[in-house]
Amino acid sequence: MSKNTLYDKVWSAHVVGELPTGQTQIFVGRHLMHEVTSPQAFEMLRDKKLKVAHPTLTTAVIDHVIPTHDQTRPYKDSQAETMAAELERNVKEFGVNFFANNSGKQGVCHVTFPEQGLIWPGQLVVCGDSHTCTYGAFGALAFGIGTTQVSHVLATQTMAMDKLKVRRINVVGKLGKGVTSKDVALHIIRKLGVKGGMGFAYEFGGNVIDSMSMEERMTLCNLAVEGGARSGYVNPDATTFAYLKGKTFAPKKDFDAAVAFWKSVASTKDAEYDSTVDIDVTTLEPMVTWGVNPEQGVGVLEKVPALDAYNGKEKDEAKDALNYMGFCESQEIAGTKVDVVFIGSCTNGRISDLRAAAQILKGKKVSVRTLVVPGSEQVKKEAEKEGLDKIFKDAGCEWRFAGCSMCLAMNPDKLVGQERSASTSNRNFKGRQGSPTGRTHLMSPYTAAATAIEGKIADPRKYLG
Amino acid sequence: MTASIPNDSVITSVVGRGIPKTQNDQNTDDIIPARFMKEITFASMGKYVYYDERFKDGKLVPTHPLNDAKYSGGIILIAGANFGCGSSREHAPQALFRYGIKAIVAESFAEIFAGNCATLGIVGVTLPATEIALLAAEITKNPSTEITINLSEKKITYNKKSAALELPEGRRQSFLNGTWDALSVLAQKKSEILSTEKKIDYLQFK
Repeated sequence: MSKNTLYDKVWSAHVVGELPTGQTQIFVGRHLMHEVTSPQAFEMLRDKKLKVAHPTLTTAVIDHVIPTHDQTRPYKDSQAETMAAELERNVKEFGVNFFANNSGKQGVCHVTFPEQGLIWPGQLVVCGDSHTCTYGAFGALAFGIGTTQVSHVLATQTMAMDKLKVRRINVVGKLGKGVTSKDVALHIIRKLGVKGGMGFAYEFGGNVIDSMSMEERMTLCNLAVEGGARSGYVNPDATTFAYLKGKTFAPKKDFDAAVAFWKSVASTKDAEYDSTVDIDVTTLEPMVTWGVNPEQGVGVLEKVPALDAYNGKEKDEAKDALNYMGFCESQEIAGTKVDVVFIGSCTNGRISDLRAAAQILKGKKVSVRTLVVPGSEQVKKEAEKEGLDKIFKDAGCEWRFAGCSMCLAMNPDKLVGQERSASTSNRNFKGRQGSPTGRTHLMSPYTAAATAIEGKIADPRKYLG
Repeated sequence: MTASIPNDSVITSVVGRGIPKTQNDQNTDDIIPARFMKEITFASMGKYVYYDERFKDGKLVPTHPLNDAKYSGGIILIAGANFGCGSSREHAPQALFRYGIKAIVAESFAEIFAGNCATLGIVGVTLPATEIALLAAEITKNPSTEITINLSEKKITYNKKSAALELPEGRRQSFLNGTWDALSVLAQKKSEILSTEKKIDYLQFK
């Protein structure tokens, strides 16, 4: 059993007590929500004539259904309009905080909430969204939950949970040029599998993680759930504190006291883990997924697997994945023609991601439809201040408003038929990008930008001088 | 199809026919594609369950286990490993429940999905891969096989066969004592919640 890890400390601090079933009742220090998984929770409260217990600890935003091309209200899609209007009604009626559209704070939940300074080390954070694990980048314990659990949190600011085991993942070595935290995450998932993290929270550490920026750490932790871990985190350090200083909702008057507290939640040197894995990323190349789950990935210069590499049920599944993706076994992945490139999402829609894409696209032209979707109104504003929008538009990209866009296609941005996409998002599941037969390749912003130029999956390193 | 989910009830067993669907890593996008979630209630989710597998080009796929007439009336889904991975959308277990699924027997479950099932009173239990294969084979051969998931004795029985099942003990207790929707139990602890809140340092930071 783990001991003295950040997970153990933060968990203990939030324990309300043991329930009659033996499960733990935990206090939720920060609750976040969006329009897709919350309306039914508010309705449950209305049914039971309950109020929100701690409205100031909940903040909401519209991100999944918001169109990123034309945001005029009412939205053309009446279902999307209904969902947005429902959240606006609920936040007003129940008095919870709301990052309204055009307030300067709207955006993809996991981009805007940390960017506005709502996420701090040592918090226990939940949201009705599996990528809530993103906030682990700050040394918070952050979990995705379901809608009934959202209603529990609204009504009591607590929920029932079982404690997870903790796996330390040491990422060591030196990242090569053009290799990013996205590639590290896809590599870890390839090595440990999409089932590897079941029952675990992942603690990411080692010199490679230590030298990552907060945005890189967010990308890494965002993908913890794709490796089966409900939560993933990085211990807070000077990088974390510097990021939080001056953020709108970060502590101001008490900042120094906060830093002292934040330091105290990190795993101690003598911490014990349920499992430890060491991964050297020195020879890692940019990663691209070839199949229909995030563990089905290869380096951009590798081939898709041969079926002989699998046995039994796994062989059938690999065969099905190759077939769905239109690949023959052992085929080179570089050079595969794509129809659409999507740069954005809660995985890679932050300003540093757009800078990376712009670095490659500057002075070049894209040869396929390319959507660049900033993760938040603030990211959009900053990108425009830096002239990145001009680089994208000059290259022939579509420059959009903030939202989830083509990551999951609950808005007008969708693949059509068997279109193939190069995407900086997080899931390459069948049908994920809106067409039941659409094909998705996950990759970093660098690789997506290089792929946009060539119209086929490309190694970005040749564009990085 | 069930119209509403009971608030509170004791579940000691689930008895019924099975539907074999044992691929690994079935995700919640498979169970309910995102485009069907643009509704503010769960009421009609049952008709969208596994939509893109059950319908191709608008036509019903008759061989899909949830379309196949021989499994019609089945209430126990037999699944593989990492069932329900991906998105946390409760729409997925809601869709299964409203389609008529009362229990899922899998090799393993994704965490968030398992928690969501529990809060709806869907019984999720695990068996080793070899037992899953035997059970699925039996149902495929004899679709009318009656399966009993006995939570008190932690075993699953069918056609005179028996296997030990697993589920987290807290979850088993919540089914046995009828508190699987934990809200009423959570809400009772008002003073404990208040004292926990007071000792959380960061809530006071300005």
